[in-house]
Amino acid sequence: MSMTLTPQRLAKSRRRKAVNAVALSLSMAAMAFGLFWLIWILIETFRLGLGGLAWTVFTEMTPAPQAETGGLANAILGSLLMVSLATLIGTPIGIMAGVYLAEYGQKTWLGSATRFINDILLSAPSIVIGLFIYAVVVARMRTYSGFAGILALALIVIPVVIRTTENMLTLIPNALREAAYALGTPKWKVISTVTLKSARAGVMTGVLLAFARISGETAPLLFTALSNQFWSTNLGAPMANLPVTIFKFAMSPYENWQHLAWAGVFLITLGVLLLNIMARVFFRNKH
Amino acid sequence: MDTKVDTTLTGQAKLSVRDLNFYYGAFHALKHINLEIPAKKVTAFIGPSGCGKSTLLRTFNRMFELYPEQHAEGEIMIDGENILKSKQDVSLIRAKIGMVFQKPTPFPMSIYDNIAFGVRLFETLPRVEMDERVEWALKKAALWNEVRDKLNQSGSGLSGGQQQRLCIARGIAIKPEVLLLDEPCSALDPISTGKIEELIHELKNDYTVVIVTHNMQQAARCSDYTAYMYLGDLIEFGPTSELFMKPKKKDTEDYITGRFG
Repeated sequence: MSMTLTPQRLAKSRRRKAVNAVALSLSMAAMAFGLFWLIWILIETFRLGLGGLAWTVFTEMTPAPQAETGGLANAILGSLLMVSLATLIGTPIGIMAGVYLAEYGQKTWLGSATRFINDILLSAPSIVIGLFIYAVVVARMRTYSGFAGILALALIVIPVVIRTTENMLTLIPNALREAAYALGTPKWKVISTVTLKSARAGVMTGVLLAFARISGETAPLLFTALSNQFWSTNLGAPMANLPVTIFKFAMSPYENWQHLAWAGVFLITLGVLLLNIMARVFFRNKH
Repeated sequence: MDTKVDTTLTGQAKLSVRDLNFYYGAFHALKHINLEIPAKKVTAFIGPSGCGKSTLLRTFNRMFELYPEQHAEGEIMIDGENILKSKQDVSLIRAKIGMVFQKPTPFPMSIYDNIAFGVRLFETLPRVEMDERVEWALKKAALWNEVRDKLNQSGSGLSGGQQQRLCIARGIAIKPEVLLLDEPCSALDPISTGKIEELIHELKNDYTVVIVTHNMQQAARCSDYTAYMYLGDLIEFGPTSELFMKPKKKDTEDYITGRFG
């Protein structure tokens, strides 16, 4: 094909290329700006966190100020316990409510109302949830407790899981549902074995995101689980956890506390990072 | 509009549609349809987009019931029973009248389970018999030789044409009497289309097949009877050779000769 362009077209073409170059450099600059901070955060976390990391972090309890040794064992245990149990409680409720919204109540007023309230809950500041649990559980039981912490975290998990489950299910083409119904499949079975299974990767990603989100939440635990200096698995008593410990230690003037705070930040970051990588590896293209 | 259509047939009718009206909300999509679908033959529905051919097909297994704003009035008789008024569980009707869709829809499970899924809904078979049934269905759908060594692999790993044959096998596996095909080749390449058409030819030995198609050559190639529809009316219905060679209605002639539509 000959490339004889009229001067007018040539000018247009030059202009188009120039505009493209400007747009491309602007978006590259925006990307670089965003990545810069993110990478800086990661580098600082690794640098300062790795420095404070030692085996004793996993074996010893949170120390007194200016103590010689000490670790985060009780906080790690408390965080793992509360975050896991909150996810365990929140996931089935979230998935079932998400199924209701996507498969049963899509156009009903109850569905719309639930979706609206869920959106509010989704964007509610976590401190509000913490204070709510403080008022209805902690104040009545007259004690901070791991149990109250779990409830607060579960309240954060639920809307996230509801939203992702609903979104993932609405992405499933209707043709797939119809194909299942066309075989004479009852509705509950269409949902459990066909649609939910097709959306499995997305739903699990939602659960992991929720898990990642609550593992760093401080505000809801500050008013509910509080903290604990000792190794404790008693859900009826205050419970140590990483975010509150980090908050307390990082704000303190004591150097040993500050080092441990960085170690805690590093552990949470690493945990969330690993979880995300795991999610990507596990749920990649299966069936 | 005059819709008196000759629906008398030689041979036995499997499905009899009597004065069927269909509505999407207030929109009147099918108007007083009368039609006899002959047993163990291939019947094709043709017509321009929006003429109601798919809508008609979807009344036969009550698929439209999934959408509350849609409803049908009239009679669709199968073995002396009105499908639309039946007190029978809709699942049993759908087990008797299978359906294959425009786009292949493999379920998120292995090839084997895709076939066994429907069977398990209605029968509890020992493993050996289930294996036999899966093999039988896949052979019927001319897919066995291509998948026999990978029954445990995902159904979505197959090619489009193979997936569509998998869906046909899935439908056959529960031993229906009628098979509804809603533009089964529109997402497939010519070679896969050829295979499906051959398959349709085989299937009519055992099943009553109804196929909706946009492709007139396809209707001419693989059907025994053809219904031409336009804007919700059944314009003409008869043996495929007659309808294509000497249509009785001017409208039909215009459509099949490509002067319209």
